[in-house]
Amino acid sequence: MNLFLLFLSALLVNNFVLVRFLGICPFMGVSKDVDSAFGMGVATTFVMVVAAAVTWLIEHFILAPLGLPFLQTMAFILVIAALVQLVEMFIHKTSPGLYKAMGIFLPLITTNCAILGLAIMAVQNAYTFIQSVIFALGAGLGFTLALVLMAGIREELRFADIPEPLLGAPIAFICAGLLSLAFSGFAGLI
Amino acid sequence: MARLWKNFVNGLWNENPTFRIMIGLCPVLAVTTEAINGIGMGLATTFVLVCSSALVSLLRKVIPEKVRIPAYIVVIATFVTIVDLFMNAYLPDLHQVLGLFIPLIVVNCIVLGRAEAFASKNSVVSSILDGLGMGLGFTWALTVLAAVRELLGSGSIFGWKLAADGATTIGVMSLPPGAFITLGILMALMNMIAARQKRRAS
Repeated sequence: MNLFLLFLSALLVNNFVLVRFLGICPFMGVSKDVDSAFGMGVATTFVMVVAAAVTWLIEHFILAPLGLPFLQTMAFILVIAALVQLVEMFIHKTSPGLYKAMGIFLPLITTNCAILGLAIMAVQNAYTFIQSVIFALGAGLGFTLALVLMAGIREELRFADIPEPLLGAPIAFICAGLLSLAFSGFAGLI
Repeated sequence: MARLWKNFVNGLWNENPTFRIMIGLCPVLAVTTEAINGIGMGLATTFVLVCSSALVSLLRKVIPEKVRIPAYIVVIATFVTIVDLFMNAYLPDLHQVLGLFIPLIVVNCIVLGRAEAFASKNSVVSSILDGLGMGLGFTWALTVLAAVRELLGSGSIFGWKLAADGATTIGVMSLPPGAFITLGILMALMNMIAARQKRRAS
């Protein structure tokens, strides 16, 4: 039950994009149409879950026993960068179809602050291994949800009559604000 | 000299990371509930930008082309760790508020972007000025956004109470939705100003 609440919290109540402001760059950059938004979301979720597992192992078997917590930021970002590369090669080898579908989204994930944020948060909150993975899964699906919703809105926005200074990013941010307002309705869920 | 000056002012307006290029927006939205947090975050990022630009520029002939991105990330992560430990020791309150977003300077696209696009191709002095301009451009953007949100959300600026006691404030401006909406409106204003400048020039 506890795990389910953790999952729900990461997915809706503390949505990574709309409430915690992590991963805004891909949220704005890749939300122009629903298909690529979904692809980006799935790729990110995948990397998040793997990264959460690997950084947990590194923290608890290398950094903590050796007393090197100050290396955390550096160790985590290098691991994530290497991991993204590895995942990219692995998918390329095993399922070329999926690799083609994910395309340029994969390498971009390294600079997504949601991944590093997630790893650091899991350590700060002293999650167990299982909790970290569930937290990552919820966060990733929440990211996907926000991205797909935003892409849907932006597809419609193309046909709207928008004042010139608001065209492009400004109106997208205002829509994101309204979306975030809607998500704050989930606050009472837990 | 004129060229160096140009490197510096570039980030303040023409290529302002927040309002014009729109990169590194996560901390912009997350920490701008109060003006003082905006300044703190801006200056922390400026320090990392200036130091990493200087070091990357110094090492630009030493770092092999193929491993340059991991090398830049290690340089940036080093300075971020310095800022993190420093703020934890000397500014614990601010460190508490900014929290997660201090280590996340590592993945702020502005820092890596300037290392790759500018510092790896230019002299140390120009790189430092470029980093300083970008950092201060980021700082003023954060401060303006935070001041607007603080004023509307809690009726004060830099902690100074401006609204009368019992006056109604727009609480949502301090919450996540307020960040998105304020940034959208400020961006539209900057677009208007830039369009007017362009019209006057032509």
